[in-house]
Amino acid sequence: MKILSPQAIVDSFKTALGDSLVDSRIYEREVAVKRNLFRTIWIHVEREAFRKAVEHIGTLQEYPHLAIISSADLGDTVELIYHFTIYYGRHLQELSLALRVTLAKNDLRIPTITDIIPGALFTERETQEMMGVEVIGIPDKRRLFLPDDFPEGVYPWRTDETGPQDLLRVLPGREPKYGNG
Amino acid sequence: MAMDETKTRYTIPVGPIHPALKEPIRLDLEVDGEEIVDVDVIVGQVHRGMEWLGMNRNNPIQNIYLSERVCGICNICHPFAYIMAVEQAAGISPPERAEYIRVIVAEMERIHSHLLWAGVAAHEIGFDTVFYLVWRVREEIMDLMEYVTGNRVTKAMFQIGGVRRDITEEQFPRIRQSLDYYKSIFNQLKTVFLDDWTIRMRTRNVGILKTEDALKLLTVGPTARASGVPKDVRQDQPYSGYADLDVKAITPDMLTGTVVGDVYDRIIVRLLEVKQSIEIIEQCLNEMPPGPILAEGKIAKLLNALTKAEGEGVGRAEAPRGEVIHYVRLEAGRETLSNWKIRAPTYVNLMAVPTMLKGGQIADVPIAFASIDPCMSCTNRAIVVDLKANKKSLLTGEELHKLSVQKTRNLKRDESNR
Repeated sequence: MKILSPQAIVDSFKTALGDSLVDSRIYEREVAVKRNLFRTIWIHVEREAFRKAVEHIGTLQEYPHLAIISSADLGDTVELIYHFTIYYGRHLQELSLALRVTLAKNDLRIPTITDIIPGALFTERETQEMMGVEVIGIPDKRRLFLPDDFPEGVYPWRTDETGPQDLLRVLPGREPKYGNG
Repeated sequence: MAMDETKTRYTIPVGPIHPALKEPIRLDLEVDGEEIVDVDVIVGQVHRGMEWLGMNRNNPIQNIYLSERVCGICNICHPFAYIMAVEQAAGISPPERAEYIRVIVAEMERIHSHLLWAGVAAHEIGFDTVFYLVWRVREEIMDLMEYVTGNRVTKAMFQIGGVRRDITEEQFPRIRQSLDYYKSIFNQLKTVFLDDWTIRMRTRNVGILKTEDALKLLTVGPTARASGVPKDVRQDQPYSGYADLDVKAITPDMLTGTVVGDVYDRIIVRLLEVKQSIEIIEQCLNEMPPGPILAEGKIAKLLNALTKAEGEGVGRAEAPRGEVIHYVRLEAGRETLSNWKIRAPTYVNLMAVPTMLKGGQIADVPIAFASIDPCMSCTNRAIVVDLKANKKSLLTGEELHKLSVQKTRNLKRDESNR
């Protein structure tokens, strides 16, 4: 396996995805006394090219490590970030690679990647129940953390009307603290 | 539904409360006689919605103390990853001395956590004398942590842009004294855990996780390293003071020459990591740079800067159980975090549990499950469902523990009769 520099990785994404690559950014910071670099690559892709992007990460590293999917409700859109790490097992060589996908609120669907990375199952189940993003083709559709009696159509991580406002326990005489502030 | 008369498979739910484990989780075991054929993991019993609090109630500084309470044992790793993510998002650089102090307390936590685990593991197989021995030995590091941070458990050492307490030259001799104590008893611990035939019998070839499975199921920490994956954030993408130290991921073949990926290998990895941690602390003490410990000492000023900051960051830290990762996004003008996602190591390690338990025996469940050092609460009772008679019987935690102890005794008896 050849180890590419962060810039070469970004270029390889450009070649593989073409116009579907929305944005890319390389973050570097020097740490401690020896000033070694801590590096993170941020890649933003269209949903149509998402599967292809994950497959492309698979060509950079056999068994890419998916740490977690983080998701954010941005009003009209929901943003998913797949936090990958590649080139692990080598001193100072590992890179964090964050793959960002933006989904429109009226079409919250994303294909599963459990066929490429079987261990992605838990975090896909969590994203599905917490953010209300439908994962197409997920082998296990059950909830992960939420109890079975949790109401349908309420998604704890949303900030819109499908959020958990009605489920908050508020002390008598107090306003619920919710949203910004 | 008509029951098959010859059905020999039963489902045993273990948990959500069990003394073998420290926090609640449910394992649904499908068994054929004594053999486990399938396992389902059911989590969520202690979901507290902490990320939600961080996004709706707390400001970024209050979140440090909240992240400390994600886990009682990993109360260094979570704030560690969290502050690194915030520092990245807000563009704050901590002073060099603070980076070294962070490493020292993180390594102290690793020593105490691994020793705690070793005691629990001994208890799981009914070897309680070792459990008492290890936990007595663990007191030394607890005292040292109290000496350095002022607290045995929740240490509150971290601040965005540095640490809250300095480690001064006058404290070095006391720290060295504790490290010397561990060095002096290390060989004894090694003999107790690696040469004892009772432990070897109960842990060799139990709960095997192959290298390929470990990679596919995204396993992290000692569980992955015991399966021969040399993955360690301190080595791969060194953060904080680790970037100056040449940490090497420990795999069992360093000691035995082979990788089996069983419980015994996980003991080897954790034991050698205790030694590694001692060496790291010593190196940090020797090379600690002078200077301030905080980038910004005034909390109000720091909070103001964080409210104005805009950006996102990923913090990764190697906890005793594996990689902890925090993702933080700050929005200008917002007092709370705009987004916060925490991933604890057990989250991914749990996915490897079914693979580990399949083909094993019920009596091996406590030790095999405990071998990933799960940070979820544990099974206090199990309901045995007899499908044929449609009868439910309750297996309490004590009974399951007894089964495990009984197995050790039986194996010992068979061995001595030979």
